Amino acid sequence: MNLEAKALDIRKDIIELIYSAGCGHIGGDLSVTDILVDLYYKQMNVAPDKMDDPNRDRFVLSKGHSVEALYCVLADRGFFDKKELFDTYSKYLSKYIGHPNNKINGVEMNTGSLGHGLSVAVGMALAGKMDKRDYRVYAVMGDGEMAEGSNWEAVTAGAHYGLDNLTAFVDRNRLQISGTTEEVMTADDQEERWAAFGWNVISIPGNNMEAIDDAVEEAKKTKGKPTVIIANTTKGCGVSFIENKAAWHHKVPTEAEYQQALKELDERRAQL
Amino acid sequence: MNKIANKQVINDVLLEESAKDKDIIVLCSDSRGSAGMKSYAEQRPEQFVEVGIAEQNLVGISAGLAACGKKPFAVSPASFLSTRSMEQAKVDVAYSNTNVKLIGISGGVSYGALGMTHHSATDIATMGSMPNMRVYLPSDRFQTEALIRSVLKDEKPAYIRIGRNAVEDVYEEGNVPFELDKATLVKDGTDVTIIACGELVGDAKAAAEELAGKGISVRVLDMYCVKPIDKEAIIKAAKETKLIVTVEEHTMYGGMGSMVAQITAANAPVKVINLTLPDAPVVTGKSREIFKYYGLDAEGIVKTVTEQL
Repeated sequence: MNLEAKALDIRKDIIELIYSAGCGHIGGDLSVTDILVDLYYKQMNVAPDKMDDPNRDRFVLSKGHSVEALYCVLADRGFFDKKELFDTYSKYLSKYIGHPNNKINGVEMNTGSLGHGLSVAVGMALAGKMDKRDYRVYAVMGDGEMAEGSNWEAVTAGAHYGLDNLTAFVDRNRLQISGTTEEVMTADDQEERWAAFGWNVISIPGNNMEAIDDAVEEAKKTKGKPTVIIANTTKGCGVSFIENKAAWHHKVPTEAEYQQALKELDERRAQL
Repeated sequence: MNKIANKQVINDVLLEESAKDKDIIVLCSDSRGSAGMKSYAEQRPEQFVEVGIAEQNLVGISAGLAACGKKPFAVSPASFLSTRSMEQAKVDVAYSNTNVKLIGISGGVSYGALGMTHHSATDIATMGSMPNMRVYLPSDRFQTEALIRSVLKDEKPAYIRIGRNAVEDVYEEGNVPFELDKATLVKDGTDVTIIACGELVGDAKAAAEELAGKGISVRVLDMYCVKPIDKEAIIKAAKETKLIVTVEEHTMYGGMGSMVAQITAANAPVKVINLTLPDAPVVTGKSREIFKYYGLDAEGIVKTVTEQL
């Protein structure tokens, strides 16, 4: 499968979903898309009919507001009906709410409040060690989210227990709702912080599919400690006028912007 | 006087059951000593997780373990478990509906003179307000054992609060009436109903015996199941007795007494008096001294009943 093409298709779905629903966290969705595509189409052992398999890989979207990206990936992989998602997302009585909901096939854990997912992932990885299963656990945090103190409790524990079956991502897109991460709360030394806590740290261009995949492979080979992949991404990646603008944290495109976004993504896809 | 604390019973039951069920996991936050879980931790190192002084992580990790089929018991001081990690309890346990049993030790004012940082007189309100979360405050060691054995059979979230020290037995060995989520009728009566939970059930029972000597017939309900509360028993008491007095080691708003008043008001209006800790910092003292000060002990209950009836 051409993962780059898939990532562009997923981006189009995200734009479509947010435009039709009139809500969504578009900037973070587009920065994390490539990570999700590599995990769900190549790396992770998960399938729609295997969500009760104790050996399946686990995924926790700690930055739960990027749910549209996750839903679009899960729908495309057949975890649930894509039409149902698009018809009901965030609408009255829908189960497709604006943060991950474990009543939906494919979603392991409810998230949305930041600073929860990594602790949960540590628990999942510990269970895997206890049961001597070889599944892997993935968690994705936002860079703004790393200001939550609870994350650092989980970072400490992950290293303490030597959880080499755990891979964390930090979606380092450098923007949060109020501005740049450096203006809001310093996050520029992520690599040093995680390394100081005892993690294997890999820093990559986070919208580069090959770099993501190589980092995940390296994490799988790393023994005795967990790995964090600092994914240096572009918020809004793929759509020129959304890229690197804090205002697009959860802005909804107008009809003209929506058409323009799809056009740009189609052009990029044609160039592959 | 019974010398076996409720926490010791939890340790013993989990030690026994974990030998048969490898999915039972106990997690502590540097609290294995105060939790009475030392022998469990020593004898079940493979089924024990030390999280350190990090209650948020304690509950989050427990939820992750539960999501992978484990049966975690997170055992930590009730004060920190019910407030510091309240959001993890709300999101990772209650909302995600994971099979995590939160065991709040040294609950209420058990820590006495250590002060309000260590008291958990708000835990019924915090934990009980979350959809999916059950709240239990067992009264004595026998009921604690019955409760733990019962919740081991289900896969739903629960918060269980116990006190620090051994308390007088309410029930007798071999004669422990227990039905999950049904109040236990400790003593029947026709004039007044005292509804109590946790350590104060013993005081309610003693008060009822003293009031019987004054010709007042008192029904005592052990409402260990604060949530889901036994509505049927409350409505029955409201219809059959003239006064309900609730007694709990909790602040006055959002506790068991508030719930009783809510149910009687809607279904069978009757006078309800809530005996609680105040909506104010509590005085310094040991549990029994604090109970006496605020009229929650047997003497205080007798006084309230005789004044109000």
